[in-house]
Amino acid sequence: MIVDGIGASVKRVEDHRFLSGKGHYTDDMNRPGQTHAVFRRSDSPHARIKSIDIAAASKMAGVVAIFTGADLAAEGVGGVPCGWQIHNKDGSPMAEPMHPVLAIDKVRHVGDPIAMVVAETKQQAKDAAEAINIEFEELGGISDVRAAIAPGAPLVHDDVASNVCFDWHIGDKAATEAAFANAFKIIKLDLTNNRLVPNAMEPRAAISEYDISSGEYTLHTTSQNPHVIRLLMGAFVLHIPEHKLRVVAPDVGGGFGSKIFHYAEEAALTWAAAKVLRPIKWTADRSESFITDAHGRDHVSHAELAVAEDGKFLGLRVETLANMGAYLSTFAPSVPTYLSATLLAGVYTTPAIYAQVKAVFTHTVPVDAYRGAGRPEATFLLERIVDVAARDLGMDRVEIRRKNFIPADAFPYQTPIALQYDSGDYQTTLRECLRMADYDGFEARRKAAAAKGKLRGIGMSTYVEACGIAPSAVAGALGARAGLYEVANIRVHPTGSVTVFTGAHSHGQGHETTFAQLVADQLGIPFNQIEIVHGDTSKVPFGMGTYGSRSLSVGGSAMVKAMDKIILKGRKIAAHLMEASLDDVEFKDGKFTVTGTDKSKAFAEISLTAYVPHNYPIEELEPGLEETAFYDPKNFTYPGGCHICEVEIDPNTGTVAVINFTAVDDVGRVINPMIVEGQVQGGIAQGIGQALLEHAIYDESGQLLSGSMMDYTMPRADDLPNILVGTESTMCTHNPLGAKGVGEVGAIGSPPAVINAVVDALRDYDVRHLDMPATPAKIWGIINAHTLKMAAE
Amino acid sequence: MYDFSYHKPGSVADAVKMLGADGEAKALAGGMTFIPVLKQRLNKPSAVVDLSAAGLSGIKLEGDKLIIGAMTTHATVASSPEVKKAIPALAHLANNIGDRQVRSRGTIGGSLANNDPSACYPSAVLALGATIHTNQRKVAADDYFQGMFATALEPGEIITAVEFPMAERAAYAKFPNPASRYAMVGVFVAKTAKGVRVAVTGAGQNGVFRHAAMEAALSTSFTPDAIKSVTTPADMMNADIHGSAAYRAHLVGVMAARAVAAA
Repeated sequence: MIVDGIGASVKRVEDHRFLSGKGHYTDDMNRPGQTHAVFRRSDSPHARIKSIDIAAASKMAGVVAIFTGADLAAEGVGGVPCGWQIHNKDGSPMAEPMHPVLAIDKVRHVGDPIAMVVAETKQQAKDAAEAINIEFEELGGISDVRAAIAPGAPLVHDDVASNVCFDWHIGDKAATEAAFANAFKIIKLDLTNNRLVPNAMEPRAAISEYDISSGEYTLHTTSQNPHVIRLLMGAFVLHIPEHKLRVVAPDVGGGFGSKIFHYAEEAALTWAAAKVLRPIKWTADRSESFITDAHGRDHVSHAELAVAEDGKFLGLRVETLANMGAYLSTFAPSVPTYLSATLLAGVYTTPAIYAQVKAVFTHTVPVDAYRGAGRPEATFLLERIVDVAARDLGMDRVEIRRKNFIPADAFPYQTPIALQYDSGDYQTTLRECLRMADYDGFEARRKAAAAKGKLRGIGMSTYVEACGIAPSAVAGALGARAGLYEVANIRVHPTGSVTVFTGAHSHGQGHETTFAQLVADQLGIPFNQIEIVHGDTSKVPFGMGTYGSRSLSVGGSAMVKAMDKIILKGRKIAAHLMEASLDDVEFKDGKFTVTGTDKSKAFAEISLTAYVPHNYPIEELEPGLEETAFYDPKNFTYPGGCHICEVEIDPNTGTVAVINFTAVDDVGRVINPMIVEGQVQGGIAQGIGQALLEHAIYDESGQLLSGSMMDYTMPRADDLPNILVGTESTMCTHNPLGAKGVGEVGAIGSPPAVINAVVDALRDYDVRHLDMPATPAKIWGIINAHTLKMAAE
Repeated sequence: MYDFSYHKPGSVADAVKMLGADGEAKALAGGMTFIPVLKQRLNKPSAVVDLSAAGLSGIKLEGDKLIIGAMTTHATVASSPEVKKAIPALAHLANNIGDRQVRSRGTIGGSLANNDPSACYPSAVLALGATIHTNQRKVAADDYFQGMFATALEPGEIITAVEFPMAERAAYAKFPNPASRYAMVGVFVAKTAKGVRVAVTGAGQNGVFRHAAMEAALSTSFTPDAIKSVTTPADMMNADIHGSAAYRAHLVGVMAARAVAAA
């Protein structure tokens, strides 16, 4: 009986060190002889660099070295690479302009690094960075995607006409046009998915080292995927082979996608460590994070839904302008395309879908994957247009969804837009969520709120998303320049304790607990006999890291495969010891038994035999008990569910309070229900943040107006209600665990539920749609305009 | 932060001497604005003169006056039995400034000397008709506030205490900026022996101001209904990414009505 196995809410073993200040984060580390780096960055969104004069700065106290783009170029340092190539409608590849590690000739966004100062102290590095004399010729920038593609707009890259990175499409255009020709009604909607700043609690940081005796580089960095950084930086930027480059991502304080990407600072620091022959440390200030961490979202879309008279969806067509920022971040091109447009069927049977995406360069921070990555954008669009369709048709919002759901018996379900969903039961998650949220009792609550002068509204979203992007071959055909498998190495020690080396990376998710539970369960050994190791390219064989809710479904499946090998080898050893045939040896609850007998061997007896092979089938079997598995999934996984939000608006101020939030999600197999609940709640906090509070606002020219916590509204505890979480799982059919993933469901499902509730609360104010965030000023503006209009009539 | 020398004088006289001796020296109260400014390298003082040991904290009731030392923290004001007894609205205001950390460091004197246009305290000082005590003189609130970040303080002049008259009725209502939680609009209403005063912080283009039309209406009848039809000119208001001038003008009315109802 394994108490701490699958299904137990084991308290997170990592929390003791996190909560008691004993975590081991990059900025906590110091190296003997360490220097400090500070980057001189552009204050201008777009300017030509006429000259850089480092003479005075170089002579300042404590300065060790100053490097510019020219220094790196002279040594053949490459540009920061992009990991996903999209093709245009005409089959030609996307525009992929050079992204220099330090700016050369031009700066293209506020925050673009121009020079790196290495000094004895951070203060001295800052002093010298300020003293670098740079002459700029201002060229005028643009931040808005619509402005960027207008004739005459300033070009972000001289060789990219009209600032268009790619012009891509997916779906059956002719079938979709035919569906629209037969429509009873065409529902049209323009929406903007607001740009967000990720704001992980720990800012990005790195320490680079070079060992002149071995020629080995080591980079400690705040990354969600150290092997990917090693591959991208080593192979494409610095030309350092893997065996001479170690990348370590120790404890990392939140990522949300922003720490997937290979950033210029990592390359500059690693390269410079071999120049100054001392370790170099860099930690971003919060202000620096705002203008250098890849932002999220920023899509502008026009959507049209063709509906029949009975509310059945006939066709959907969508045009999206996606902001790429000034350079292509690591996975940016995949976000509006294969991670977003492919999800436009949602949970519905819409038979014909056609989507076009134009990706656009602007003079802003690069935009890339942020918790949900493309799927929140698709879900917001769909769940808004479904509500608008219900309104325009005079239908009930629940009824129109039920009518169009993919039925539970239709799986596997091939959507008209590439994806094939393996399992799901949308009627059940909706029904359970309606019950838990007391949907039927809402009208009474609305009346009670009205009596207090408040406008109460309820809204829902029924959604599906796609996680654990795979298989590698398919992703490769779609433009991915990486494999998307995961790796596990299971090392059983002689006395039966186990170290698990995983290519997944934990930056808050609780992997040290969840994975240990999984291993305890499968190997039948105590939870405290298992150690999870991640985040170090010198320890873990390989790995693709953690993003896209893939750690359990892909990383956990690799562990299961590796454990299957361990168990098979254990059975062979046990068969030898108990003089039985392999087929008669069973492994269960940590014991190898011979069926039909009372013979058995404990797990630790077998592991000891493997390492002390005195009585051992040495002719057929090598000693030792350690196995590695690479698991390449057969398909994405498809978590989904229903979120219901209830809000109250104070019409006097426009303030929106989230009163209740209920989520019933299908995340497949649950290992630790407590961690799942926390993941869902955290995602919903970010979703409510996007819906009501957060907005990265640029002025027209590319100056970030919400560039600090004084102006960028992060959700705080008192902005959030108690979040009720339920799970109604169907199992993933193609991985050994049945797991689907849970990291992003909260951030994907919740924003449209919130906005649908806000629009519902404003039912007397003639609101068809409003874009996020629904700030008090925006809500009051709507109420006030309506009041003035009524008064005028 | 740039390098500076640090002094912690034991008296106001010494502090004044240090500030007078160095034109580039700056006084440090709680530092809740000043330290972030230093960290962002937006200010480069040669010396920082920390007032925390100059004997300026403390709260006392003297007859019909409440006197709060300049270095008294918001947390101390918020929990003070004297303040709660004399002017509960002031304790309430102090208890809603910033967060727990800010309230434990930030001081009334620092807030008034800085006169941030979205700080809470200026509205209470102006509405209650308080008197600012400095090392040189006593300044009436009406003469003290002179626009955004501008005050009547002369170089080398240090606030030592703030003297409040008793209030028959008083309350403060704040609509916080969603991001910073400073006052986007804060209205303090007070009825004292000298009459009704209404002061608005956060919203105005020139910092805290008195709302004459509301004062007139409330002098006749101290009820929310009395100010229902009083409007606030939007052209006096700030506008930024968090709200238009019209929105702020509207919120002045809403917050004033809430304050009157609570007073």
